[in-house]
Amino acid sequence: MNNDETKSFCASGIDASCRVPLLALFGGAVLWLVLGLVLGLAAAMSFHKPDMFANCACLNYGHAQAAANDLILYGFVIPAALGVMLWIFARLSQAPLALPIVPVVAANLWHLGVLIGTASILMGDSTGYTWLEYPRAAAVLLFAAFMLIAVSAAATMGFRANREMYPSHWFLFAALLWFAWAYSTANLFLLSGHPPRGVVQAIIGWWFANNLLFVWLGLAGIGIAFYFLPKLAGKPLASSGYALFAFLTLIFFGTWCGIPRSAPVPAWLPSTSTFAAMLSVIPVLAIAIVAWKTVRRGPFSLTFGPCCFMRFGTLSFVGSSFLYIGGYCPHGSRVLDFTWFGFAVTQWQLLGFIGMILCGAIYYILPRIMEKELPQPGLAKASFFFLVGGVLLYVVPLLVGGVLQGLKLVDDQVAFEKAGEAALMCFRISTTGQALMLVGALILLLNILILTMHWKLGLLKTAIAAVKAPLESSSAPGEVKS
Amino acid sequence: MKTGLSVFLVSFFALGASWLGFVYAPLQQLGGEKQTVILQSTDNWPLQRTGEATLGLQVYRANGCVACHTEQVRQSGAANEISLISLGPNKAADFKEFIKSMMIVPDLINYSNTIVGNLEKWNGDLPVTLYSGDDNTVVSTLTDKLKPAGVKTDARLVASGTDIARGWGTRQSVAADYLYDEPIQLGNVRAGPDLTTVGVREPDLNWQLQHLYAPRSVVPSSTMPPFRYLFELRKKINGQASPEALVLHEGFTPPAGMEVVPTTEARQLAAYLVSLKANAPLYEAPFTPVTAAK
Repeated sequence: MNNDETKSFCASGIDASCRVPLLALFGGAVLWLVLGLVLGLAAAMSFHKPDMFANCACLNYGHAQAAANDLILYGFVIPAALGVMLWIFARLSQAPLALPIVPVVAANLWHLGVLIGTASILMGDSTGYTWLEYPRAAAVLLFAAFMLIAVSAAATMGFRANREMYPSHWFLFAALLWFAWAYSTANLFLLSGHPPRGVVQAIIGWWFANNLLFVWLGLAGIGIAFYFLPKLAGKPLASSGYALFAFLTLIFFGTWCGIPRSAPVPAWLPSTSTFAAMLSVIPVLAIAIVAWKTVRRGPFSLTFGPCCFMRFGTLSFVGSSFLYIGGYCPHGSRVLDFTWFGFAVTQWQLLGFIGMILCGAIYYILPRIMEKELPQPGLAKASFFFLVGGVLLYVVPLLVGGVLQGLKLVDDQVAFEKAGEAALMCFRISTTGQALMLVGALILLLNILILTMHWKLGLLKTAIAAVKAPLESSSAPGEVKS
Repeated sequence: MKTGLSVFLVSFFALGASWLGFVYAPLQQLGGEKQTVILQSTDNWPLQRTGEATLGLQVYRANGCVACHTEQVRQSGAANEISLISLGPNKAADFKEFIKSMMIVPDLINYSNTIVGNLEKWNGDLPVTLYSGDDNTVVSTLTDKLKPAGVKTDARLVASGTDIARGWGTRQSVAADYLYDEPIQLGNVRAGPDLTTVGVREPDLNWQLQHLYAPRSVVPSSTMPPFRYLFELRKKINGQASPEALVLHEGFTPPAGMEVVPTTEARQLAAYLVSLKANAPLYEAPFTPVTAAK
């Protein structure tokens, strides 16, 4: 069914129905990605030259890094994933997008929320909870926008021609519920004015962060990959049974991770998380097998287009998930906790896994919804190298630095400063990766801007033609009269 | 998985179970937590912070200090330790012989190698650790046997671990320590040192302010960015320094005729840092505090 529906007669009509909502989601998302990478670079400068922002409150490391992280997650990943999800639902349903005006409104609400949240963090009004830094006003906007998009997505799914659900449906539909529940729980408990006492705040924060960064990203990213991998390989998805197994194990085991080994909480909480993390190896392996069987021996040409993005993203999911799980091992966590390792894994999940899958999806969807080829295909290829090279250059040194730092931190004979020094050089190398990613993101933004301009110019031309046409025809009989 | 409803129900059940486990259950277990009592004392723990320090937590939050600092100490184990404080009327050589002769006592016989070994390495300086390990009966037996000989010993329960060896605390952090932290700022990266007991290590407000204004003026190897925006650089009035002006080390002083005055936020942040002293022995994190009994 995955391959059939593209050939269906109304594919271009479906794509056209997605045009405005997807442009609103993608355009803003990629703009936030660029801004997030710029802020990330600014934050990293504190490790090159600590005095740089000594007089500038809004760009010091604590402000800029939190704002950059949230811009990548809430600014780029979530709206872009929602956009791709809407398109996939419409294509799988073989029906145009339901309620297309709703996601347009929602996209603007969402971007407004991100703007308010980012400005608040930079001005020192962050809530202080990791991944929930946006204050209440922004959180309400984000939640409302998400629910609106979810309504449109669910309605589109409901109108599907073929009642049988495709594996991507499970993953993406579950993702809609997941975010709504986790985000509302975390915000209601932590930002409602009377947060619970002491460490309960931290426990709820960890539960939320795990459900967002591991489960939600996994559901959304793998849901999208399971749609595109077979499509681009020209083969059906290897096995629906395996995919179902992966889906069930991911949502049942993955959701219990999240409490770090070192947490100052009753021991049953981190122990449960460690156990669940070990079990989470199962869905990751199952997803790896499905993906491998699907793309194996398929036609593969090094086009550096969407196909390569998807494959790199899926590979990153497997790699980053194994490292994420490794952070819960009793012995591993002694070394890796409180180092740059955890930070690196999160960045890999956000930029290397779902970020690359989304970039690939945007490059695939954009020419179709705009009914126009990318202006510079060579430039798009170059952006693959900038983005993937940037991710590798960003994440790998941080991982190495984190391990080096951890090995020095556990040895109490080594001075604390030495542990910091061990990671500093790696951190500095990783900054070049951020710069490369920024170039790649700028190219993507440029592509979207040019296509949008073309489309708007086209609209303008039709409008002008429409204005002119009746004048000429009405003047013609006038001449006759005179 | 044929219908949307089945996917919804399965997801609802999966997420609902973890919600019950990791949101509802901790709320029931820890959400109603109250002050506890410090071990062998009637004092309550933790105490509500004073006004300036409470506001300082918000400055800490607003500036994202949590991006580089943790507020949690890990512990890998605990040991019963007995150390020799004073020999009394005895001579060191006699004391060694005495200890060796005592090793036939049933409680000690298994540890004779360790205890005698510790003494062989001893160069005569006091205090010296006689035994450090899991077995509490060794400590109590040695205390009982040595007391009549006029030898002063000190029996203690000590927590061990890298964080504790680094001087970041005397015991592990426990849930009770964070009762009044809103928002809680545990942190997950140690680009800078742990701050759980920074108020014990550096109790001087002026040191904290100097460190915030110019970290390398007090810690030469520091990589912390300076927080000069929390301070005001202003002209001295009639050449007179304000009583609130920061006293800075040489090389970090402002230009002549100028002075550096901490803003309210800087003073609140310093007050908060000084208030971080999670080092009281608790039921769930016991240890014997070092008393100044000398």
